[in-house]
Amino acid sequence: MKKGLLHELTKGIIEENPILIIMLGLCPPLAVSTSAANGLGMGAAFCFVVIGSNLVISLIRGIVPSQIRIPVYITVISTFVTIVDYALKAYLPLLSRSLGVFVPLIVVNCIVMGRAEAFASRNGVAASLMDGIGMGIGFTLIITLLGAVRELLGNGTVFGFPVLPSAYQPFLLFILPPGAFLVIGFMMAAQKKFFQKGGAR
Amino acid sequence: MISQNLNFFLIFLSAMIVNNILLMRFIALCSFFGISNNMQASVGMGFAVIFVMIMATTISWLVYHYLLVPFDLLYLRTASFILTIATFVQLEEMVIRKLFPPLYRSLGIYLPLIVVNCAVLAAAFLVIDYNLGFLKSLVYTLGVGAGYFFAIVMFAGIRERVNLAPIPKSFQGYPIAFITASLMSLAFLGFKGLFGL
Repeated sequence: MKKGLLHELTKGIIEENPILIIMLGLCPPLAVSTSAANGLGMGAAFCFVVIGSNLVISLIRGIVPSQIRIPVYITVISTFVTIVDYALKAYLPLLSRSLGVFVPLIVVNCIVMGRAEAFASRNGVAASLMDGIGMGIGFTLIITLLGAVRELLGNGTVFGFPVLPSAYQPFLLFILPPGAFLVIGFMMAAQKKFFQKGGAR
Repeated sequence: MISQNLNFFLIFLSAMIVNNILLMRFIALCSFFGISNNMQASVGMGFAVIFVMIMATTISWLVYHYLLVPFDLLYLRTASFILTIATFVQLEEMVIRKLFPPLYRSLGIYLPLIVVNCAVLAAAFLVIDYNLGFLKSLVYTLGVGAGYFFAIVMFAGIRERVNLAPIPKSFQGYPIAFITASLMSLAFLGFKGLFGL
């Protein structure tokens, strides 16, 4: 298991990317990635929660009885989610409105819970912190990329800046729900083709 | 009275079809892709979600309006909802196992999964966000649950057929499932103009 801290950090980005490989926590990436900026905002909120909860859970893992660990984890995670939710409402009300119900829903995001259960409860503080950062970056990367592709095709812009020539007819479908499924389907296929050797994981 | 009923009907349809929780709102996708490999499991999960969702919304609506609002504890909303729902599902599982063994045999294994199913929590949040009254909340939740059932069963049916089709290698498995979902979502988009909540 000892592969060094750097590996804990980098594995979340491609090798064990939470969205594309582990296939967990799909709801927020698809729902809020209508623009690159929204994706980045969601990614940042998610990073905070997963890093914070990984840190706290690895700190308290010695004193939590295993029978009640799930409720304890849920409480820890929901504390961080509440912090993010209120901070967004106070400082970035516009982003908070466009993310809507998906910020409180980070609580039931399977990645956060999954990392808490599968990693932070069994590893030391430093490794858990790195794991949280790696997972957070992997998640943010995919969600921002997804948002950028959808924004580019659906609106001709990336982060609000026009990229395509004005003659481009925006393909509205990509901003709408079906576009999200379509883009992530193709992203997964590409990932499977280029990064996965031998097919089976 | 008639307009009142019509209103309920509209809320139900809007929650079930126009704002379908899986295909339009992208909530609870983990179970959508995880379970829909199997038709029988999808039906079981669909019923379990409807059942738990209604119970959970009832409880969390009461908690919100009679505990959190009067005592000014709104910042505890997220934590209290998830904990009441988790506790409640556990309780429910025990009650069903004791009183309705046949029902438990068919739904039992899905109940624990539902705790982390975002659809249940999302329904509880949405009725609060929309500021619905108690009865309307129940109707809305029933609609959301029915929409979940409808979408997951249809999707499972389609996937059974897709699994037999010749598909390019890198698209096999999840990628083609997402593209299928995209086409279904496109079909549901057609209802968008009808009415909305």
